[in-house]
Order: sequence, then C-alpha cells, then structure tokens
Amino acid sequence: MVASKTQIGIIAGLLISFGLGLTIYKSITLGLPLIPQQYRDVWTIEAKASFSPTDSPVEVTLTLPEDHNGWVTLNENYSSSGFGFTILENDLGSHARWTKQTVKEPTTVYYKAEVYEQASDYTPVVFATTLSRTTPQQEKTFNYLVDSLRKKSTDDEGFVTLLLQEFLAASNSQEVQFILSSTHESKIKAILQLLTFANIPAHPIKGIQLEDGRRRQTLNELLEVYTGKEWVIFNPDDGSSGLPDDYYIWKRGDNAVLTVIGGEKSSLEFALVKNNLPLRTVISMEQRSNKYALLDFSIYSLPVEQQGIFKGLLLIPIAALVVVFMRIGVGVSTSGTFMPILLALALMQTTLLVGLAMFALVVGVGLWIRSYLSHMNLLLVARVASVVIVVILLMAVVAVISYKLGIDQALTVTFFPTIILAWTIERMSILWEEEGGHEVLIQGSGSLVVAVLAYLVMSNRYVEHLTFNFPELLIALLGVILLMGKYTGYRLSELYRFREMKKQL
Amino acid sequence: MISLISPKSLRSLGIVGMNRRNISFIGKHNKRSKYRLVDDKLLTKKIALEKGGIPVPELYGVVEYLFQINDFLKEIQQRESFVIKPVQGSGGKGILVVTGRDGEAFIKSSGTRIYNSDIRHHITNTLAGLYSLGGRNDRAMVEGLIDFDPLLKQYSHEGVPDIRVIVFKGVPLMAMMRCATHKSDGKANLHQGAVGVGLDIATGHCVSAVQNSVLVTEHPDTGAVFSKLRVPHWDRVIELAASCTALTGLGYIGADVVLDRKSGPMLLELNARPGLAIQVANQAGLIHRMDIAQEIIETTDDPVLRIQLAKSHFTSTSAI
Repeated sequence: MVASKTQIGIIAGLLISFGLGLTIYKSITLGLPLIPQQYRDVWTIEAKASFSPTDSPVEVTLTLPEDHNGWVTLNENYSSSGFGFTILENDLGSHARWTKQTVKEPTTVYYKAEVYEQASDYTPVVFATTLSRTTPQQEKTFNYLVDSLRKKSTDDEGFVTLLLQEFLAASNSQEVQFILSSTHESKIKAILQLLTFANIPAHPIKGIQLEDGRRRQTLNELLEVYTGKEWVIFNPDDGSSGLPDDYYIWKRGDNAVLTVIGGEKSSLEFALVKNNLPLRTVISMEQRSNKYALLDFSIYSLPVEQQGIFKGLLLIPIAALVVVFMRIGVGVSTSGTFMPILLALALMQTTLLVGLAMFALVVGVGLWIRSYLSHMNLLLVARVASVVIVVILLMAVVAVISYKLGIDQALTVTFFPTIILAWTIERMSILWEEEGGHEVLIQGSGSLVVAVLAYLVMSNRYVEHLTFNFPELLIALLGVILLMGKYTGYRLSELYRFREMKKQL
Repeated sequence: MISLISPKSLRSLGIVGMNRRNISFIGKHNKRSKYRLVDDKLLTKKIALEKGGIPVPELYGVVEYLFQINDFLKEIQQRESFVIKPVQGSGGKGILVVTGRDGEAFIKSSGTRIYNSDIRHHITNTLAGLYSLGGRNDRAMVEGLIDFDPLLKQYSHEGVPDIRVIVFKGVPLMAMMRCATHKSDGKANLHQGAVGVGLDIATGHCVSAVQNSVLVTEHPDTGAVFSKLRVPHWDRVIELAASCTALTGLGYIGADVVLDRKSGPMLLELNARPGLAIQVANQAGLIHRMDIAQEIIETTDDPVLRIQLAKSHFTSTSAI
C-alpha cells in the first residue's frame, strides 16, 4: 500500500514535471506565449480540389486568392505528389497548375494558406459583365422589370435591394420565373444580367464563409454592386447588404476558380480552422519548424482537418478533470460517469443557455413519452431503441418548429449525442419509478452542474490556448489525475452527510 | 445555514469517507476475482449452504430466460408470499415483495395490488439487466418471504428489518439494524428513508438510531423506542456474519442477516462494498475499529477468539 502510494507519487511527480518542463521549454526557446496576448484570428484554409480522371492528360488549375481583398496570407503550401506543378501569373491573377500525363484513380490536390484579416480600403476594379444575347421576349421582360423597379426606388442601392427581393420572394413573379427558365442561368447570373441591363456596374464575388472546425465548406457567391458612390456587397441568398463577418473573398469576377482538363466530377471543398495566435508566433513558426524537431512534431504539422479535430479532442481531458474533481473531491452524483462530458461537448456547439433549454426540453418530453412506454411492458433493448427514435423525432420537431419561428440557434439541437440522451431518459425514468422524482432531480441537476462547469472551463480562452499550443500539458494533467485517484480524504458532501457526528465531539 | 462538520473533527472521530473506503478498505482487501461470490446472490446462497452450513431463505425458483416466465407464473399461483430479486442486483434495486394474495391479485408489502402482467413486466426488466450491476443481462430469483421474529415487529413498518454486520477478516467491526419506514416504502434502504439503528457488537443492544443522517429516538411510524431494542440470538448473528470471511475470501464485507421466527438468524446476502451510513447510526468511526481489528488479527488466528476480542473492544454504553 505504502509502496503503491509512493510509486504513484513518483510517477505522478515525473509526469507533472515533464509536462510542465516541456511547456516552459517550448515557451522560452520557441517564444510561444503562455497567455494569449495581442493575438489575431489566424485562419488556416485548406482547399481540396478533387476529380475523377478520364483517359487524357490531366491539367488542374486553381485560381489563387489575392491579398488585396483585406486578408493577408502568411504562408502557402501546395501538395503535388507526382504532379508537375507551376504557378502562373496573368492579368487575371495568379493560378496554381498541376499537370500529369496519366492519372488512374480519383485524386485530390491540396492548397493550404494561413491568412488573417486586416483592415483594407481597397476599391475593386469593375469586371465587366457582358450582356449575353437576349431574345426580344427576354429583352421585353428585362425592360419591364427594370422599369417597374426603377419607379419604386430612389437610387441604385434601393433598386438593387428591390431586385434581390424580387428574386428572393417565396413565389417569384411571372417575370422572374420567365427570366430564370428562359436563360437557363443561375439566380446570381440572372441578377447580374439584369443589373448590366440597367447599367449598374456589378460583378460576383467568390469566397468562403469561415467557420471554425468546418471540414467540407464550399465556395459561395456574393454580389458587388457600384451604386454610383461606392461599392456595396449584397448577399443574394438573403438580400442583406455589407460584407458578412468572417467572409474570405477568394476571387472577384466571373471566371471559374477551379478548372480541370482531363477529369470529370471535379469538386472544390475547404477545411477551416481558426487559431487565436499572436501574429509574431505564427510568422516565426514557419521559419523555425525546420530548425526545431519539437515543433515539427507538434499539432501544427498535421493537416488542417485533423488540427480541427484535435482542437476539440484536447479539451476533453480538461472536462474529465472537472468530472474527477467533482466526484472525488466534492461528491456530486451524476447519472452516468462521463455523461456530463458529452453534454459539455454539446454545449460547446450550442452555447450555454440555448443548450440547457434544449436539453431540458428534450429530456422532459422524452421522460413523459417514456412513462407511457413503460406501461406497454416492452423488453429493455426495444424500449431504449424506441426512446432513441423518439429523441431523434423530438430533435427534428424542435429544429423545424424553431426554424419556422426564426430561432436559428435551436438548430444546434443536432449536436446533442442522441444515444446518450436516450439512455439518460431511460435511467432517469427508472430512477423515478424506483426512488421517486426527488432522486431524479438530484442526479439530473448534479449532471447538469458538472456539465456546465466543464463547459465553462473548456470554453475559457486561456484553456483553449494552452491545450492547443501546449498539448504536453496533458501529461502533467495525467499526473494530477493519478494523484487524485489516490485521494483518501473526505468529500465536500461528506462534511454534510456526517454532520450529526458533531454530537460526539 | 447548513451545518457542516470540519474534516479535522471527522478525522479525530475516525470517520471513513467514500474515497478512503474505496482505496484503503475495498480496493486493498477485496480481490476482484472474489466479487462474483457476493455479486451473484445464487452463488452466495450456494456456498453459504454447502460450504458454511449457514441457513438462508428458501429458494423457490430461478427465471433465466423469457420463455420460462409463463411456467413461472403458473407455479407462483400456489404461493401465498414470495420475493423476486435480480440475481446480480445492486443497492436493493428491483426487489419485489409479495406478502399476500387476494384472488387473482398479489398484494405488495405496501398494500398495493399487482397482477400477473405486472410481475411479467418486472421479470422481463430484471432479465434485461435493468436493476443489475453494470446493466448486464441477469436472472431473476424467487425466494420465500422471511417470517421475521415478532420481537422485532414494532421496529419495522411494512417490511423486513435486516441486520448489517461489517466484518473485517473474521472480526465483526460494526453492526446496525435497518428498519423500514413508511417513507422508505417498506424497503430497508437507508438513503430511501429507512432508520438505521446502531448495535453494540457485544450485546446487540441499541447504541443510537438515525434516519436520513439525523438522529432519532423512536420509530417514525410505530413509535417504538429504539433504546429498548435488544436483538435476539445476537451471538449467533455475529458468529454467522464473521464466518462469511472464510466463506468468500473477501477481507472487508457487509453481511446482511435476517431473523426468521422458526430458523433463527439467516444470511440474506453479502456486500463487497458496504456503505458508510453505519458510522452515523453507531455514532462511531470505522478507522479506529479497523486499527484495533488489525491488532486482533495479528494476535490470533482462531475465529472464535477473534469474535471474543472484538466484542470486548467494540462495546459502548447506549448513547440514547
């Protein structure tokens, strides 16, 4: 016993000092700050161009983003295994080109860039949109539509807004329907045609809506329109004006971003990860990664997609620490040992209040339905499976209803772990039958309190910064948890439980 | 203001907390491989009868598969009273007590009427592992209802009182009687509101009594005064409990003993993770007793002597 205790003491001591030592070393020699300071949101964007080859030689051309769109590129990487690779510059900007004589299987080529946003007052040049040939019938419709909107609007900006509304309306007017069906164009192209027809300079913008951890983001298009005074950006999907937050402009103009010759079914997807990092660090890291083996083996050396996954994974041990502390140190009873962690992970996606409301709603209604199921005398597995289905249906109903009511946040209900919710409902319902609602309340609120605490710790900026940049801290954390596993002292709750012993003193 | 007790005074009283129990008592003295003997109540029954010659409640039958339920229900019609338990149940969960009949209906200890379909539902849940450790598939066992000693009648409401004795390597450390109350729904489960009555190891007399961690002097339903409680057949109870160490090979166990009117003390079940409320019921900590027990064990190998020494050390005057 004594031996095992000393053993664990030594192992834990070694782990803690090793983890902390490595952290301090990294911080001092590599200049990675322990506290997030003048940091910026540095986005890592990984573009994946995939295609299935045909028999002919393959040529993949990817238009590269330009810096003058308000973003600064820190560094760029191209993967081109087995491909001939060149970067071309012409008046339309720079392009990356991959070439190969024969390609056998569906292939993906990668382009990776680290970028951050910088204020910019760049004024774009007009990319002339040429009016495609129109039939007299179309011209008539164009004329009619432009005239009627001109009458309703006072200036160009108002005109554009009205035009977008015309296209966004739930039931399109006959004119719009005719334009869309007769020109065989996308909505945005049809709008551009109309603007050109109305002599308003405009061009499309192709870019990415940046979302942290997103893996299969695709390009979407905005509309940039010259209103006579300035360039205004419109979102053709909802009619709003102005550049959306965290929108990365890849390219202005109508030209394709990806062209694949000698391939079919080409697609372009983006994986995105955001880091709160001091700029200095990011810049110097690239220069040093060859020099220091340690950095070369850090999480930063992974592809962006995996970096995103690890960012979440590295927070789980922190949540586990909270659970261990709350159970061993405080003595809170939770339903299911690590259920609070899963709940906390879901809260990370839904934000706190929305998440809690959703959880209460789904579990509450679930319990109610489950109480009916319990009268039907079903076998356990079938009953839990039924609860799983009920939970999924509930989530669908919550999502649809709240979406219709315009509460977008409720859509995040899908982040809750379904099976865990079902088991939680099942356990609580049994607890209810066996020990009464009182015990359900104790265990349920215990789980919630632990989950909320875990969420608060996990969503802390410093914690996120430390775990992601210094994953070796987890080694120290392991040491701490080992030590806690040997704690024989009293739990906080026991000071209350044994309160009657006072009379013995 | 919530009244709390400081860790320092708890330590000076020698109170064992959950963490210490798990590491220093259970983890250290109970081998995982032996848990099966106490977690599986059929196995406990078997070794108690065959190896120890210890009386246990009569086994009416075991339901292992769903298809056996129909036969079982036919069989059970003859019985006036019985208890259905999950073989690997934990914490008193899933125990169905039928105390009488009224035509088709079965009467539960609380007086509620249930029917064949309710029993079927209960058994299918049990077989699916709803009440069992780790949710594993389980069996349901049916036992005869204890016809408990009338001397104890006034101390228990709608349920059978049982006596929990904590035994460390043949040395009885602490004992308490658990009395069902209306609040505990006839169950002898302390955290559901049953009364725990601390018992003197030497005499089986009441030391003090506690309900929901608060000291009480009389039974909340029957009004019986606990200070007058004298458990009959006490020496046999202690002897029976102490012999369970040899039976299972587990160092630290809780033995649950019931007193039958005809057969006297019977072993109901064993527990490899006995709870801590017994300390409040006895108004004494387990740490000091554990230290003394260690010394007793070093002094003698003789089981009878170990019990004798324990009785001489762990006796106290009534606190009530």
